[in-house]
Order: sequence, then C-alpha cells, then structure tokens
Amino acid sequence: MRYMDEALVTKRMSKRLAYNKLWRTIFFIATSFALITLAILLYRVVTQGAGYLNWEFLTNFASRFPAKAGIKAALIGSLWLMAVVAPVSIILGVGTAIYLEEYAKKNKINDFIRMNISNLAGVPSIVFGLLGLTIFVRTFGFGKSILAAGLTMSLLILPVIIVAAQEAIRAVPNDQREASYGMGATKWQTIIRVVLPAAIPGILTGSILALSRAIGETAPLVVIGIPVILQFLPTSVFSEFTALPMQIYDWAKRPQEEFQYVAAAGIIVLMTVLIIMNSIAVFIRNKFQKRY
Amino acid sequence: MAAPKDGATSVQDMIAQSQGKKGKKFTEKLMPILLFIAATLSVLTTIAIVFTLIFETFEFFQRVSITDFLFGTEWLPFSSKEPMFGILPLIAGTLKVTLIAIVVAVPLGIASAVYLSEYASDRIRRIVKPILEVLAGVPTIVYGFFALTFVTPLLQELIPSLKVFNALSPGIVVGIMILPMITSLSEDAMSSVPNSIREGALGLGSTKLEVAIKVVLPAALSGIIASVVLAVSRAIGETMIVSLAAGSTPKWDWAVNDSIQTMTAYIVQVATGDAGYGTTIYYSIYAVGFTLFIFTLVMNLLAHYISKRFREEY
Amino acid sequence: MVVLQDAQKTTATNPTVKPMIVTENATKKIVYDTRNLDLWYGEHHGLKDVNLEIYENEVTAIIGPSGCGKSTYLKTLNRMVELVPSVRTSGQIMYRERNILSKEYPVEELRTHVGMVFQKPNPFPKSIYDNIAYGPRIHGIRNKKVLDEIVEKSLRGAAIWDEVKDRLNQNAYGLSGGQQQRICIARCLAIEPDVILMDEPTSALDPISTLKVEELVQELKEQYSIVIVTHNMQQAARISNRTAFFLSGEVVEYDETDNIFQNPTDQRTEDYISGRFG
Repeated sequence: MRYMDEALVTKRMSKRLAYNKLWRTIFFIATSFALITLAILLYRVVTQGAGYLNWEFLTNFASRFPAKAGIKAALIGSLWLMAVVAPVSIILGVGTAIYLEEYAKKNKINDFIRMNISNLAGVPSIVFGLLGLTIFVRTFGFGKSILAAGLTMSLLILPVIIVAAQEAIRAVPNDQREASYGMGATKWQTIIRVVLPAAIPGILTGSILALSRAIGETAPLVVIGIPVILQFLPTSVFSEFTALPMQIYDWAKRPQEEFQYVAAAGIIVLMTVLIIMNSIAVFIRNKFQKRY
Repeated sequence: MAAPKDGATSVQDMIAQSQGKKGKKFTEKLMPILLFIAATLSVLTTIAIVFTLIFETFEFFQRVSITDFLFGTEWLPFSSKEPMFGILPLIAGTLKVTLIAIVVAVPLGIASAVYLSEYASDRIRRIVKPILEVLAGVPTIVYGFFALTFVTPLLQELIPSLKVFNALSPGIVVGIMILPMITSLSEDAMSSVPNSIREGALGLGSTKLEVAIKVVLPAALSGIIASVVLAVSRAIGETMIVSLAAGSTPKWDWAVNDSIQTMTAYIVQVATGDAGYGTTIYYSIYAVGFTLFIFTLVMNLLAHYISKRFREEY
Repeated sequence: MVVLQDAQKTTATNPTVKPMIVTENATKKIVYDTRNLDLWYGEHHGLKDVNLEIYENEVTAIIGPSGCGKSTYLKTLNRMVELVPSVRTSGQIMYRERNILSKEYPVEELRTHVGMVFQKPNPFPKSIYDNIAYGPRIHGIRNKKVLDEIVEKSLRGAAIWDEVKDRLNQNAYGLSGGQQQRICIARCLAIEPDVILMDEPTSALDPISTLKVEELVQELKEQYSIVIVTHNMQQAARISNRTAFFLSGEVVEYDETDNIFQNPTDQRTEDYISGRFG
C-alpha cells in the first residue's frame, strides 16, 4: 500500500517549479530596486549639480545669489568638526571597548553598560541635538561652536565605534594573549603591545565609517543652531562655523529653483568626501584581513 | 634565582635590574580605572539625555496642561491669540510617514534578503552587499533632497492632487532609507539558519521557494521581526527627509497627499526659527523630543526583547 | 598495601615509586615540588591531590587521555590556568622553594622564569625579530645591540637561525607551521627561562617538523628543565626522562620513563600505554 501518488506528484511538480521561477524573479526585482534607486539618485544629483561645480564654488563663501554661492566655509567647517570628533570619539570608544572586552567581569554594572550602549545606538540623532543644545551650548557655555557640535557628534557616533572596536578586539585570538602572558607580560602590556596592534585595522575601518556618518549628519547641527551664511573661516574650536550638510539643507529649502542646483553641487562635494572615506575604510579592511 | 646558564651576561639578570620600576605597577592599576571611566561616559550620556528631556519637559508642563498636550488634536504653537499644544497631530504625521515607509521597505527588504540568502550566487552577493552599504551610508539630507526634487514631482505626474509638501513622498524615501537595514539584518538572520536544515528539506524534494518560505523564513522570523522593529524606530526618528519634503502643517487626519508635520520636523522648525530661549515654544521642543525618545526607546527595547526571547537554538 | 598508602598519604601518592626516585636522584635538584594540589573549575574537580616532583635539566612528560587534567596541571605551573574564570586551587606548588600559589608571588615574575610553548604555533603578527625581542622588551631591555644578540642567540638555540637569518624583518606568519613553532620556542628562550613548559607542542605539526622539535627538546634539556604534555606516547618514550600518567585528574603513576613503559605497576597505566583506551 502506497500513500504517495506518483501521478499527482508529477502533475504538481511542474506547477511548483514554475512558482519557484516566478518568485525567484520577483525577489530579484526587489533586490534590484535598491540598486536602481541608488543609480537614479546619483545620476540626478550629478546632472543637476555638475554645472555649478567649479573652482569658484569650492573657494567662495555662501551668498544670497546662487551664481556666487560657494561651499568654502562649510567644507573647512566640516574638517574642523572632524578634528574634534575623531580624537574624542575614537579615544572614548576604543577605551570603552577595551574595558568591556578585556577587563569587565560578568556582573550587573557591566551588563548595564552593554545594554545602555545598544540602546544609545538607537536614540534618534535629533535627540542628541537637544542634548548638545542644553548641555554643551548652554550649560557649559560653548555656544554654537565647533567644540559644542563636535562633542555632540562624538557622543552620537560613540556607540558605533564601541561596537566596531569590540568586534575587532574580540577577533584577536586568545592564544596571542596567552603567548604574551606566558612571557611574564602584564595585562596592560599585553593589551597595548599585542591586542591593540592586531585589532587596529578593524578599529580604523569601523571608526572611519562612523566618522563618515558624522560628516553627513544634519539634524544635531540644526538643533544646536549653527549658522549657514558665514563669511569667515573658523580660527579655533571655539569659533562659530557651518558644515557641509547644514549648507546643503539651507540651499535645498530655498524657494528659488537655482539654489537646488547649488544644493546638488554641494551634495556632490559631500558624497565625494564620503566615497573617499569609505574607500579608505574598505582598503584597510581588505589589506589587513585575517592573518591568523 | 639560580639560573643554570653559562652565558656571561644573563638576560634574567638584566630583567631583574629593570624590575621594580614603580611605573609599571602604577600603570597596571591606573589603566582599568581610566577605561572604566570611559565606559561609564556612555551611561552618563544616557542619563544626561533623560534628565535634559525630563527637566525641560517639566518646565513645559508648568505652562501647558499635560492632558492638553497628550490628547489635544490641535498643534498651533505659533498662534498669536491662543497657542495650542496638542501633540496628536504631530504623532499622526510621524505615523503616516512611518507607515508608508514600512509598506515600502518591509516587502522589498525581506524579498531582497530571501534573494541574497537563498538564491543569489556568491558573485552577486559580493556586488550587491557593498551597494547596500553605500545606500545605508547616504546622508539623510541627500535623501531629503531626492524626495523634494525627484520623487515628489514624479508622484505629482501620477497623482495630480498631490501637493508639493505631502506625507507620501517622504514616506517612500524614508522607506528607501531603512531598506538596507531591513535587508542586511534579515539576511543575517536567514544566513544563520544552518544549512543542514535546508538540506533536510531539499532532500525531500522541496523547491528552493518552499525551503525559503516554509523552512528558512519561520526559523529566522524573530530576527526578521527585530530588524523591522529597529527600522520602524529609525523611521520615527528620521528628521531631514521630512523636514525638507513633508511640510510644516500638523494635522489630525489620515490624508497623505497634503502637507503634514512630524515630531522631528517640528523640532527643526523651532530650532531654525527665532523662538527665544525660555519661551513656551522653546520648551515645547523638549516635550516633543521626550515623546519621540519614548517612542524610539520602546521600539528598541522591543527589538532587543524579541531577538533575545525568541532566539532560535539550532 | 592499603594501610601503607593511608599512612603515607600526606607525603606521597604512590609509596611504591616515590622512595625509589628519592634514593636514585639524591643528587638531582628539584625544580618544582607539587604538594597536595587540588583544582576546581567551578564545581568540576579538575585535579585531585596531585603530588609530583620535577627535576632540573630533565624532560618530564605528562601523558593521559583527553580531559585527564594534564594540560591543566601544566598551566598551573605558570598559573596560566588563572585566565579561566572560576578556577580555585588548594595545596602548594613549590618552585625553587617558594610557593607559587601564594597570593604574594607575582605571577609576572613567575612567568619570566617559566616559559611556555603552546599547542598551536602562536607567533605574533609581527616580524620575526620583534617576536623574539618581545619578551626582553616588555621586561625593559631596550638596547638595540643587546637585543640583536639576544635574538641571534635565541634563534640559534631553537635551531632556526640559519633558516631565518636573512629575513628577520619579515612577518613570522610567512613561515611554515614547524618553523613558526620553533620561532615560538626561540621567543620563549629569549628571556632565558629556567623551565620551559610545552603543551602538546607538536600536535599541529607534520611528522618531519615534529622530529625537528623533538631533537630540539633533547638539546634544550642540557640547559633547561622541560615539562612536556603530549598525546603521543611514543613521543614521551622517545624524549623524556620521566613520565607521569594522569587519569581523571589524578596521578596514577610517576616514574622514570623506561619503567613506565616497560613495567608499569598500575594496571590502568598498562592499559593506557598498550592502547586499550584513551
């Protein structure tokens, strides 16, 4: 006695195979949607902005007239911002990661710190803006300076750097630590001479990606209230400044159509900076991948 | 220590000489403390956020009744006669955009994840995944610009009644923004389903589709749901796309073709406007920010709970 | 027999073997004297009342089936076992007449005298030179000339100088597995240890590399005291002076290697070395 009906199985088989093919195509189209969107987005930005992208655009200050508007103050301002964000966020982030991976015992306090970091990563950037406005701009009296914005951005990307650094440190095999301890090295010597050198490529990659997020982030800057039409360059971290995404935002929301092209030109500059940073990150990742 | 060596200069002697330096012991004690302080800074950040929001919101509730705020259906802060601070219209705006984004991103994201995890060759995966990373790295201000200058005009061709500022266009673009997140997190969840389970089903004569739908998707479900919840949290907190393309007219209705305002866009409007420090409007952004914070916190905790509670054991 | 064992329990595990060793080796110096060592991993009793003496300038092999505690014992000798959380010990291990299990004994100092070679070759992803110089450097030796000398001497000591002298600045990961393991031995020699602990140093190597490492061990014992854990009984028979057989955390038998392999006193030892289990 057989329960399987060969004829029925064969009959259904062609239908099942056809479904498989159909859905495979649907899944493929869904996947291409993201790629096509990215292509359209880049094409649009380039065609709109290319005409306005020239040497004057890079070297002029902002202006009420689209033809004279330039991105100099914003570009230099973004670099200043990074000069604050990079050291602050990397030192704090890597320090936290070393603590959590190498020193922290399993207890309530450390579990809480871990839990807290993962939740902090989910806090909207605009809320960090409110924090920066209240604490750094007003309470500490830093004003709408590079320092205030830089510290705000550092806290914003801190969880990203911590997680990346933790992964990089965790990827260093334990036998490396054992070899070092076995020779009478102390814990800190082992960390600084064996663990960190091995983890640095991963830490750098993660940090650059996090910094590239900070460079494109707008909302916290808007909330802090940094100006958009500046006719001078910052001279110290206490100077007022403007930044690339802030400048683009200002242009994009202006009613004159011409400013949209200026905004597109600004986006090309911003995206170029991001692509350079990402390429460096990918280069580091590929060059130093897995040696154990 | 009696070292049984014949060498004239013993390394152990040299080591013994350089031992006993105070610095080493001190560093050894100091570093964990410094690193612990660095680690507590993230906790301090959270505390600072919560306290900032609570204090300033408290100040706001001195001026506006909490019931008016929570249940009022009119948000007219700039009205010179009688300002109204009912947050429901802002929540409605946020939810409209979020819902549209989810409708766009969830099917596309899960379908892409199935394709990448179950069908795609290694070569295709190697091409698609970096592109998704690029897409995830595009600043939201760029997406906002894209929504305003491309998606809205395109949709207006299809839907003539669509206004320049509306919920539909930014909703779709927020969906595009969260798409890479859903795709890659869901793909991670599906890829971690062990191959032996797939082989079991394939060995019984299942097609790849049947394996994907009946075996892999159910096994990876908690991971997929967690990714969607996280994406919702992102969409709720998204600021620049809605600030540029959704308008600044808070409304308590369900229309998507007209100008709206989200919680985040309101905060931006006040921050870029000229409301002075200490005014009710100034404090209102903290009350709105607090509401936003609670929405996203609940979503994040939910995602955490789902992925932890329903973690599959293989 | 039972009565006798009870009477002597505090001084020795195996009364029939112990007095013999003492008389025979009255001239040999004891490096490690383990007394009533017990060790727990959480609830698991990993080592049970271990008593063992390790002699200067000898190769002491530790054999036994997987999970018998042989590696654990080895790692207790330089307190590497403490890297595992939830480890507790009781008893004493006297190293050159000082109890290393006491809290006052600085573990870094102990490990400066007691080098270790691991199961899998684990050079650092640095140049060969930096690998060897690592130990001296962390202990404060910075003089370039001195370091050069140490590096050459250690590499010669590990019989690998001729193979690598022209590429000291290349990454140690470019070498073969057997060469890497000898680099690790050289790295260990660079701090001129008193004792070298080897944890199955050839288990990841091919037969030819294994042979080289074994020859090296024979040479090294002229200057160093070596304790080697091995899975391979032939290896123990080939290279060691003395062998301890561990089973479920206990020392079943400890004697000169020839005795252990030719006329073991304990039935379990005989079963193990004749391949009936393990």
